[in-house]
Amino acid sequence: MATEKQLYTISIYTENNIGLLNRISAIFQRRQINIESLNISVSEIEGVSRFTILVNMTEIDVKKILGQIEKQVEVIKAYYHMDEDTICQESCLFKIKSDLLFEERQIQNIIKESNARIVTVNKVFFVLEKSGRRSEIELLHRELSVFGIMQFVRSARIAVTKDELKITEMLNAFKN
Amino acid sequence: METLTAKQKQYLEQPKVRISGSEAIVRCLLAEGVEILYGYPGGAIMPVYDELYKYEDEINHVLTRHEQCAAHAAQGYARISGKVGVAMATSGPGATNLITGIADAQIDSTPIVCITGQVPSHLLGSDAFQETDIVGISTPVTKWNHQITKASQIPEIIARAFYIARSGRPGPVLIDITKDAQFEEFDFQYKKCTGVRSYVPVPKTDQAAVAAAASIINTAKKPMIVWGQGVILGKAEEELKAVIEKTGIPAAWTILGASAIPTAHPLNIGMVGMHGNYAPNVLTNQCDVLIAIGMRFDDRVTGKLDEYATQAKIIHFEIDPSEIDKNVKVDVAVLGNAKESLSKLLALLNTNSHPEWLKKFNDLYDIEYNKVIKNDLHPTSEGLTMGEVIKEINIQTKGEAAIVSDVGQHQMIACRYADFNVSKSNITSGGLGTMGFALPAAIGAKMAAPEREVVAIIGDGGYQMTIQELGTIFQNKVPVKIVVLNNEFLGMVRQWQQLFFDKRYASTEMVNPNFVAIAQGYYIEAKKVTKREDLATAVKEMIQSKDSYFLEVCVEKENNVFPMVPSGASVSDIRLE
Repeated sequence: MATEKQLYTISIYTENNIGLLNRISAIFQRRQINIESLNISVSEIEGVSRFTILVNMTEIDVKKILGQIEKQVEVIKAYYHMDEDTICQESCLFKIKSDLLFEERQIQNIIKESNARIVTVNKVFFVLEKSGRRSEIELLHRELSVFGIMQFVRSARIAVTKDELKITEMLNAFKN
Repeated sequence: METLTAKQKQYLEQPKVRISGSEAIVRCLLAEGVEILYGYPGGAIMPVYDELYKYEDEINHVLTRHEQCAAHAAQGYARISGKVGVAMATSGPGATNLITGIADAQIDSTPIVCITGQVPSHLLGSDAFQETDIVGISTPVTKWNHQITKASQIPEIIARAFYIARSGRPGPVLIDITKDAQFEEFDFQYKKCTGVRSYVPVPKTDQAAVAAAASIINTAKKPMIVWGQGVILGKAEEELKAVIEKTGIPAAWTILGASAIPTAHPLNIGMVGMHGNYAPNVLTNQCDVLIAIGMRFDDRVTGKLDEYATQAKIIHFEIDPSEIDKNVKVDVAVLGNAKESLSKLLALLNTNSHPEWLKKFNDLYDIEYNKVIKNDLHPTSEGLTMGEVIKEINIQTKGEAAIVSDVGQHQMIACRYADFNVSKSNITSGGLGTMGFALPAAIGAKMAAPEREVVAIIGDGGYQMTIQELGTIFQNKVPVKIVVLNNEFLGMVRQWQQLFFDKRYASTEMVNPNFVAIAQGYYIEAKKVTKREDLATAVKEMIQSKDSYFLEVCVEKENNVFPMVPSGASVSDIRLE
């Protein structure tokens, strides 16, 4: 089990400092691990950033990597999760010719069934937004590819965990 | 808790005073108790040097002949004293030249703070003259690094740099300071850093883990300890000695652990690893409990991992949680500082002895003695051996010297045969294996501990990587003793070529200059020994000299270092010839 590669989501709570992204990505680079996706945003705690990194690796290696991430001075805490432990989403945008919206009835059905949202429409193109699991986005991409996509972009995975992460307690403990 | 000197207190928590960033940098160093720093000036760090000129009565800046050596000197200073070493350089090439020393300090957990000048902040990213992204470059080889672009950031960041470098598992920190921040004036006040909220330097020692470790140790029949530098960095020498003596457990050391327990201690069973002693390597694969203390299971220690102590229960005392299970899966991990965890352990250990098990070590030592050690220390062949030179140094220094070795055959011989009575006496580049380390590190070591005898043992290859530091030794009158063991080869590489590459000696033979003349060119007393009958007198003369002294010993050209665990082999497949 621990020696089979699979997708893991890594959540890292950090100080918001220049250079930390470089420091963290270097840890993956050293071990020749390709980052599938990476997102950095604010977290629920003021002044604390949250990295969400998706990697395909063995559990043994993910544990080692986590130790090396956590020992960085400006990292508060790092976790890894399997898909079933998280609620995770990706988001994507499709730019498609507006003509198709009117000429290809099928497209309207696809939009409706996929729960995608039209962000904007003008005479030339319309933009479709879809958030969901990777598989849902890939399905929509396949369906729309038939008609031609002008531009496509997909965001990194973002995830929250089902279990509580006690970051605030950890930071409070430091104050005392 | 460190004790503050009167001089430090002059600069700590004083009322605010309006000064330049560069003066603030010097005052920060003084507040941290820095008395010596090593460096090299240049454009982007000139304002700080101007202040060092002003403060020259309070802080001694030592001009090395190359920035790499400033970093190594800071390492030598830190390794012998346990204090933070400081190196300074300008931007661009000055900063990049520090990198080898920083990488060495990172892998060997040496506390140093490097301060680099940087181009003015408005030029950052513009490919300005002598601009390099040193924060980016140094990131993977520093414990922490930071760029300062405003003078007001200087006190807090430098305080943090020293705190991070010395606390927990120590390591190198680099602070890059733009030239405009050095010129800028601000209201200076210095407070020492006492914590960083995202950083836990020493994990808590779990009493249950200590108890689990103690119960395994108390019932062990064939236990063995392997300690590393964590014992020295954690100032846990006495605790380790107490554990060993109470339990009667034979204890071996990694190269960086050397000197924590005196060489002559009856339970000190020698060095583990590729060129370590026969008994601890072989018996690693026979012990029932392996107790690793402040060491990190480096590949040079473990050999083939899946044949390393697989029969044994493994207990790992370690300050850095990321080392647990990194290379070797352990049964019990005891986190924390070695001093604290070993004293907790000691209370739970039964008094014991293992005479039959210890005899096994002694029996294997006899085999190693007859096959290897006898010929190294008491050779009958005509050529001098490296081992007999070390033996002679032992005799003359009575095992009280700090031995600073470079990298290669002479390093293995020095670590195998040097007598150590005092902790922090084996200063060598272990993890990175940096040739050229010894001469500058010896400068730092001697200046940090002027009362100690400091002997640098260097090969003819490594010596020529940093030979220019003879200039630093001469200018600053640093009385280090320099021994070059000259075999006219890059000996360790040649040994591998002989053993594993069919004696194809590609680029390992060295045609060397007149080393004595070079030393004399720097006005350093120098002598060359080629015959056995001259060795003892020459070593004696060197040790008795009050000044720096250079001794070249021409040794047998094609001697090999044994025992040897060939690369990729199991530790118990160690070769004696």
